[in-house]
Amino acid sequence: MLRLGQVIPGGGFALGIVFFYLSLLIFLPLGAFVLYASGMSGESFIRQVTDYRMVHGYMLSFGCALAAAVINAVFGLLLAWVLVRYNFPGKRLMDGLIDLPFALPTAVAGIALTTLYVENGWLGQFFYAAGIPSAFSAVGITIALIFVGIPFVVRSVQPVLRDLDGSLEEAAAIMGAGKFLTFRKVIFPELVTPLISGFALAFARGIGEYGSVVFIAGNMPYETEIAPLLIMTKLEQFDYQAAAAVAIVMLGMSLLVLLILNGYQHYRLQRLGA
Amino acid sequence: MKWWKTASVALGILTAIGFAGCGSEQAASNADSKGAGEFLNVSYDPTREFYAEFNQVFTGEWKKESGQDVEFRQSNGGSGKQARSVIEGLEADVVTLALAYDVDEIAQAGLIDKDWLKKFPDNSAPYTSTIVFLVRKGNPKNIHDWDDLVRDDVKIVTPNPKTSGGARWNYLAAWEYARQKFNGDETQVKGFIKKLFQNVVALDSGARGATTSFVQRGQGDVLIAWENEALITLKDSPDYEIVAPSLSILAEPSVAVVDKVVDKKGTRKVAEAYINYLYSENGQEIAAKNFYRPRNKAVFEKYKGQFPELKLFTIDDAFGGWTKAQKEHFADGGTFDQIYQK
Repeated sequence: MLRLGQVIPGGGFALGIVFFYLSLLIFLPLGAFVLYASGMSGESFIRQVTDYRMVHGYMLSFGCALAAAVINAVFGLLLAWVLVRYNFPGKRLMDGLIDLPFALPTAVAGIALTTLYVENGWLGQFFYAAGIPSAFSAVGITIALIFVGIPFVVRSVQPVLRDLDGSLEEAAAIMGAGKFLTFRKVIFPELVTPLISGFALAFARGIGEYGSVVFIAGNMPYETEIAPLLIMTKLEQFDYQAAAAVAIVMLGMSLLVLLILNGYQHYRLQRLGA
Repeated sequence: MKWWKTASVALGILTAIGFAGCGSEQAASNADSKGAGEFLNVSYDPTREFYAEFNQVFTGEWKKESGQDVEFRQSNGGSGKQARSVIEGLEADVVTLALAYDVDEIAQAGLIDKDWLKKFPDNSAPYTSTIVFLVRKGNPKNIHDWDDLVRDDVKIVTPNPKTSGGARWNYLAAWEYARQKFNGDETQVKGFIKKLFQNVVALDSGARGATTSFVQRGQGDVLIAWENEALITLKDSPDYEIVAPSLSILAEPSVAVVDKVVDKKGTRKVAEAYINYLYSENGQEIAAKNFYRPRNKAVFEKYKGQFPELKLFTIDDAFGGWTKAQKEHFADGGTFDQIYQK
């Protein structure tokens, strides 16, 4: 029997290229910092990465990235929905603007957001009046991460939503389902998979994000020091090993989260497919 | 089909390993492709304007002296980051960094002779600066000295000493003031510094970032800043004033020839001439015009009016040099970390 992959000629060669490419661009850099950290004894590695300041940094980075990804999942879904299902003037433009956070240098985004959200900034004044410190706080960090993460969700959900078979909704309507029930039972289950992948991408990006966050974070020790900043402070002390150690922990945690989410997706697909 | 597949996978992996092996040489030859007629000065952030002017003048000087056309280039960035670039293979002929500590790290890596500090006059620091306060016009919070910075109603902007070289000078200046005030009682000194940092609204990652927070975003009542940065800000905008505290630190930005690089490129002569020219009357004048304090007494007298008068101490006198200060105050677990521990 002919396997699907072998329909394209030169499959083995393609595989070789892929391996080479991945080794060069991904495995080697990753291997390099594992090598850096491998100079440490196990004990000092543990001491470095479990230092309270580091743990606080991971928690802050993960917490804010999670909060931002959840908010992005909700509003990203809404945005994608509006962009696919509604027609209004300026829709094209709005659709294009969604990608802006991808294109903008992160430092520019960070500086702009900070200027907006500080106590006397355009938006910050309302936040502060409501008692929410929107800059130099976890809230500020989350705002920056929402900004950089939104395109991931929209761009994951949008194509699936666009290709959704309209006849299913019609059938649901004919069988007497209300709008809400149709959405909950017919449309939403189709969107769970892209939503999770968008969420996972936004989340992973948020954990490692540095450029746009350092400006709005305020970088106060034990308060608003994100994990990537702690890596920078290690480098600033020329302590490559410690920097690599913290990076490995962050990478490990991100990988775990991505694996769990991918695993769940896989499980869903299998179940739906069966 | 099968052998072909295995072979190409193996080839891929082998080539990847090959690339890894020559990675370091590759980085070196990349930087080298600049050619012999080029010269690189790796510096820190606020010297941008100063070296732009200096390089232009020195190009002509060197042409007159040696007949060579050399293109003098500069690279600016955070001092620590710049030092790391040089360690990792950026081919700098000379480095002109914010702290001796950063040059020491390059020396540790074997690129600069260990005795670099004694190679040129005045601790290899041809110009100096200090740390002053920048406040808003009219000094509304009535800030005059370090004591005012620990008042409850004062908000401070300063960068994070962990990531910014300039911020380390700020921290040490405040520390020495407190030490003299409390006759060396360490508990009280730490209390003072802790109080000061509790008043800090945000610790930007670099000195320019802190200036932006204070100037563009209107954060805080006082910016603890490099004197030369404060003077540049003042030149552009009349909305601020400089306040000189009663005591501050003499910041000595270090210069050094990168021995390994100049010996390889054969540029030692021009590198040494470049640094010596910084000490010449003309070089000192360019430094003064860009708000650095010149070492040359005559030139300093001429530009005296632009520099606030204040008492200065050196890091060697007060802290026993950078290596010691770095270890005690800014390394992990040092006094800066301690004041934040609950």
